Amino acid sequence: MIPRYQKILFGALLVTSVAMGVALWQLRERAHERLIAGQNSAPTQAPEVAPAEQATLLVANDSDGSLMAQTHSLPLPADPEARAQALLGSLLDLYAAPGATHPVSGGASSVLQVFLLPAPALRGVVSPNGQPKFPASGSGSSIAGGKDSGGAGSSASAGTPPGSPSENDEQTGPQLAVVNLSSGFANNHPSGIETEMLTLLSICGTLHANLPRIAQVRFLVDGQPRSTLAGHMDLTRTYLTEDAAQTEGQQP
Amino acid sequence: MRWTERAWAVLAAGVLAGMQAAAQQPPPAPAAPQTRFVVVLDAAHGGGDSGARLADGQLEKNVTLALSVRLRSLLGARGFWVVTTRESDAAVDPDKRAGIANHARAQACLVLHATQSGSGVHLFASSLPPALRTGDSNLPMGAAAASPVRIPAWKTAQAGWVTRSLALMGVLNSSLLQAGMNVTLARIELPGLESMTCPAVAVEVAPELGADKKIAAGPDDEDYQARVAAALAAALVEDRAEAHPL
Repeated sequence: MIPRYQKILFGALLVTSVAMGVALWQLRERAHERLIAGQNSAPTQAPEVAPAEQATLLVANDSDGSLMAQTHSLPLPADPEARAQALLGSLLDLYAAPGATHPVSGGASSVLQVFLLPAPALRGVVSPNGQPKFPASGSGSSIAGGKDSGGAGSSASAGTPPGSPSENDEQTGPQLAVVNLSSGFANNHPSGIETEMLTLLSICGTLHANLPRIAQVRFLVDGQPRSTLAGHMDLTRTYLTEDAAQTEGQQP
Repeated sequence: MRWTERAWAVLAAGVLAGMQAAAQQPPPAPAAPQTRFVVVLDAAHGGGDSGARLADGQLEKNVTLALSVRLRSLLGARGFWVVTTRESDAAVDPDKRAGIANHARAQACLVLHATQSGSGVHLFASSLPPALRTGDSNLPMGAAAASPVRIPAWKTAQAGWVTRSLALMGVLNSSLLQAGMNVTLARIELPGLESMTCPAVAVEVAPELGADKKIAAGPDDEDYQARVAAALAAALVEDRAEAHPL
């Protein structure tokens, strides 16, 4: 014979269990509705926080191995690093679109970050005419678009060691852009000397066309150095944007 | 005089006489000019480095090896001395490839690649500015301003051969165009190529497009490979004729 108090206890526990099950079911439903509502309210396009501007993208073409300048109207942020990232995102969106002249999957999300730093002097790097491409400090170069003509070199402090950027260099001197790409972009990039070269040159050329102070570009993949983009082009070296600018409108 | 002292005296007299004779001898004649034309074929990738994956699942390392073997046969039949960087599916370091080419003292080095992107044949020469080599008097005016290179740096050793590499690229371009192929030319920095002390050109074979702009033959197509190899061999024959005119 089951005592009466045990029956009451069992009944109370049963009722509590059923009530908790119902409450849990309702909480699950509410969470599911919140999730769906959150997905529906997510923006399908990035909010345009800046007015549209004319930007030049150097677009690669696999059929003839050329780089062609195209003008696009893009909303670009004022911050140079965000601006550079937006520019490269637009360029890679062109490559990810169906029927692209240089098909590469990934799109804008492939550019994780772009950092802009004062460009270090590259010792021993000379242009085809035998002149150093990047003088040691603030003496002006073609990359800087003549912005240093106001005596940047003469204003550099006498105690500054050669090759180290002075304060004036940081304001007006050439810059090094560090482009951090996603591993998905690099892993899915078509393999080949020409196709990899066109991707890198178009990135360098696009940066230089819109941000003329960018003279050098280095690449990272998921924040780490990587030996090659897709088996051929060296990603450990510094690329000079002047080289990409020279190849615009012609075969590299 | 003891016999040991006599022996030392005879030995010293013999050495003196030998030195005198050597001093009177005319200097040795300069070594005969190198007559054999050495070509280095570098089939890119190999081993764990598969290179590009082509349209029908073929790997670039196999296609470049097949092209290297085909070209070696053609060149051997034409009297070239051919050195290859690999004869099997083996991994070879880029520096070792350059080392093989440099030890061979080649007159032409072809680095063979294949890709599924683009079309025709892509030719690449080093983008290094030309540098003056010791004893090289055949350089353009602009290059003469550069400082002479006695011991070239490993990573920029190709600088002394850039002018001849560009000339070789021109000969290859003419021959490929004559064979009806679409050719693109470019200058780049490619690991391995930059360290070669020979006229060096990277040859990348891309698919051949038909009149409808669709792929008519992939890089692994035997007939296409044979035509590319024949055009490259013809170019090297022409380059040899220019280097050693009869």
